[in-house]
Amino acid sequence: MTESNSLNDPMSTLIELTASEAAERVRAGDLDPAELFEAYRSRAVADQLNAFTWVADGPPAPAPGRDAPLGGVPLAVKDLFCTEGVPSQAGSRILEGYRPPYTATVVSKLAAAGAPLLGKTNQDEFAMGSSNENSGFGPVLNPWDRSRVPGGSSGGSAAAVAAGLAPWAIGTDTGGSIRQPAALCGIVGLKPTYGACSRYGMIAFASSLDQAGPLTRNVADAALLLRYMVGHDRRDSTSIAFPGEIELPRSEDLSGIRLGVPEELSGDGIERGVLESFNATLRLAEGLGATIESCRLPHAPHALSAYYVIAPAEASANLARFDGVRYGLRVDADELTEMYSRTRATGFGAEVKRRIMLGTYALSSGYYDAYYGTAQKVRTKISEDFKAAFAKFDFIVTPTSPWTAFELGSKTADPYAMYLNDFCTVPMPLAGIPAISIPSGLSDGLPVGFQLAGPAFSENRLLAAAHALETAIGFGQLPAPDRWGSYETR
Amino acid sequence: MTDYEPVIGLEIHVQLATRTKMFCGCELSFGDPPNAHTCPVCLGLPGALPVLNARAVHHGVMIGLALECEIAERSLFHRKNYFYPDQAKNYQISQYDVPLCRGGRLAGVRIHRVHLEEDAAKLIHVGESGRIHGSSRSVVDFNRGGTPLVEIVTEPDFQSAEQAHEWLSLLRTTLKQLGVSDAKMEEGSLRCDANVSVRPTGATTLGTKTELKNMNSFRFVERGIRAEIERQIALLQAGGEVEQETLHFDPGTDRLTSLRSKEEAHDYRYFPEPDLVPLVVGSEMLEAVRAELPELPAARAARFERELGLSAERAHELAFRSELADYFELVLEANGGTRADAVSVANWIPQLVERIGSDADPAESKVAPGALAALVAMVASKQVGREAAREVLTRLVADGGDPHEIVQEEGLGAISAQDSGVADLVGRAIDAEPAAADKVRAGNEKALGPLVGYVMRESKGRVDGGEVRRMILARLLES
Repeated sequence: MTESNSLNDPMSTLIELTASEAAERVRAGDLDPAELFEAYRSRAVADQLNAFTWVADGPPAPAPGRDAPLGGVPLAVKDLFCTEGVPSQAGSRILEGYRPPYTATVVSKLAAAGAPLLGKTNQDEFAMGSSNENSGFGPVLNPWDRSRVPGGSSGGSAAAVAAGLAPWAIGTDTGGSIRQPAALCGIVGLKPTYGACSRYGMIAFASSLDQAGPLTRNVADAALLLRYMVGHDRRDSTSIAFPGEIELPRSEDLSGIRLGVPEELSGDGIERGVLESFNATLRLAEGLGATIESCRLPHAPHALSAYYVIAPAEASANLARFDGVRYGLRVDADELTEMYSRTRATGFGAEVKRRIMLGTYALSSGYYDAYYGTAQKVRTKISEDFKAAFAKFDFIVTPTSPWTAFELGSKTADPYAMYLNDFCTVPMPLAGIPAISIPSGLSDGLPVGFQLAGPAFSENRLLAAAHALETAIGFGQLPAPDRWGSYETR
Repeated sequence: MTDYEPVIGLEIHVQLATRTKMFCGCELSFGDPPNAHTCPVCLGLPGALPVLNARAVHHGVMIGLALECEIAERSLFHRKNYFYPDQAKNYQISQYDVPLCRGGRLAGVRIHRVHLEEDAAKLIHVGESGRIHGSSRSVVDFNRGGTPLVEIVTEPDFQSAEQAHEWLSLLRTTLKQLGVSDAKMEEGSLRCDANVSVRPTGATTLGTKTELKNMNSFRFVERGIRAEIERQIALLQAGGEVEQETLHFDPGTDRLTSLRSKEEAHDYRYFPEPDLVPLVVGSEMLEAVRAELPELPAARAARFERELGLSAERAHELAFRSELADYFELVLEANGGTRADAVSVANWIPQLVERIGSDADPAESKVAPGALAALVAMVASKQVGREAAREVLTRLVADGGDPHEIVQEEGLGAISAQDSGVADLVGRAIDAEPAAADKVRAGNEKALGPLVGYVMRESKGRVDGGEVRRMILARLLES
């Protein structure tokens, strides 16, 4: 351990600004965006959490204009997003060193709005995992306790923001991959409505579920970033124009807001400390004027089963293109099939192989109806459950993760225990609805996440409610090192 | 010995003549340098997504309407999974259980379905065999990858190889007339596989079928099917059984070799393509495409019969090859287009085809429609004899030009029967063919042939045959 940096250090002062505050200062002419970029870049380069897989050499040239709405505040981008000429490896050895010839729509849009690329963040291989231990480039460590996981699959993005290595980040969420790591790292993570953000250039895991979203220090930053992420993209047929604009949340009360607490997702299997924080947050919400009622999502307990058929099925086809023919790893052999086998056997990690096998099996002739067909029916039922619940409630609230950050290696031997991480986050992507996780407090010194889910395209209301709660909770928004004094920054 | 009858169905892949590919903006090309027309989408790069080409949908709907299919208001795309280097994604985006068009009919043959899909890339195998096994190296050209295709599947309604050939050529005419495809088998823009089985004549159940591939010309389709029918009948007559398999036709030897059997059949693991939304064809689009439909061969043949008085046979001969019918109508137009002219113009088209080659397009020949129109008019007004006109046509095919000038240059103009030279020729004919002359005098008019032939030969066909006939009769019977 080394001495922490003091608040007097000008670099430290810079990184204490939230992204919105920093953007504001740049636009006001009070802050040089190149200086801001360098403050973060030097921290990212010195990353000891293994959060980054690549860091930019310097600020972009030309620099974003002073009037750029995102003020040149640098952005950490999950490695699942393609970035032109910059390694985009999706956490997989099969894409080691792969530099795509084009940039994902969301990344281009954010760059154009003034959030240049700071670096690419580590992740579970092809976004398959909840602990970041499935990365082909080593696990990411949780800045709250380096013996623990940051969650996953967007663990690099979450850890980078939590540790102040990046002012904000984007990730992707398929079954909880933004919200769960946000919860385990004590930051805000939002999964938007399916179709709100373009998937073009996002390396596909499960196409009908994948969605890009922000990971930020607070709700206001999430809203600001999301504002420039959403929109129809003619390159993504499943993207939809967002109705209206994402507003910056100011609400500080919840009067008239009805919160539904699903029995299925807030009882058995949730760690005690997590439940205590969850219940305390519900009382705060009541204090802000919300009404709290328990409700039912009868099919939610089956969400995990349906998810682990649908997502692997889609993945088995999405990952077929990694075959050694055109790009990425190739392990040569005398014969085509042998080249395929060796390349894929060498390039893919164990979890990815497991899901490809699961998905291939589920789609096989004679099993399709029993597995894929049934899973799709469950998916429809889950959507109907939410629809019924939103007739009575504005939001459904649950703990984001059943537990806080766990020890590295503690769940790797048991895939099913690992899959349970997503128990509370999987139903929402199956229904295509948005959900946000905000930090609700600490349990044994580790952050706990509180999740709010709303109907499709309710992002503005969701952000407003999350902002009101965030204000009441008063969870700190400063990065390392000052709140976690022992954390070494460079 | 049992008699067998064949049962044949066709599966036809048609490359659509759109400007760009099925799911990306790359231009379609033929013969450009390899991989010149590629992008992240058609190369299957990580993160790329397909976007459906609206023009391809338009063409698919048009084909469906022309084949009298039912157009689905909502159809789906699926992923067809298989590993092969000609598929960048290792799955093909195709339609499966909810295709764009179902049912339908063309010239009595029932259409099972018509659906949209993307073409594979082209593999080039370097090495002796020219196939992937045993080649030293294979390279992929993705220019063709992602080209829009429709697959047309017929019911097993053909009973012979000839019938399949004839129908396929009508389908090609129809597709060309719609303007949706070049439909050239030699270039692969029209590809045909055949499902062939045989059964005891009169049986109501179907025999085991085989699938024939690699028949890349109309003649090969016919030869391949015929060879397979013969093979299956011989096999059954020898007490054997037909095995369900895919066969590769070798046009060099007319032999069929097995590609894969049923046991090795792929499990394509079809599932709905999550990157695309369902394809919805609204009534507005349907009506717009319907309004664009050109006159199709069957309707055109009927019109030629009804309005122009052509025989049914001639009407089909022209209408089922649109380039002939188009040329025919151009000649008519140049000629004022009267009904009387139509029949004679139509009768001259086969003469022209005979001279330019049976597969050639008359519009690309040296014979301008106006020139043929003029020639037909000259025959009608007896300015030139029929025989001489055939020679003029031969000259037109070789060198082009104006028939009037050719007639003048070559001295082929008709000689009036009043010309004294013709009377002399008639006299010489009677002297040269005394036996025939005697028979005619005895009342046998059928014996006129050699006498008329003599005059026509000697006059190089410049005299009107009817006039000559009358003159000989008059001379022989006058006293």
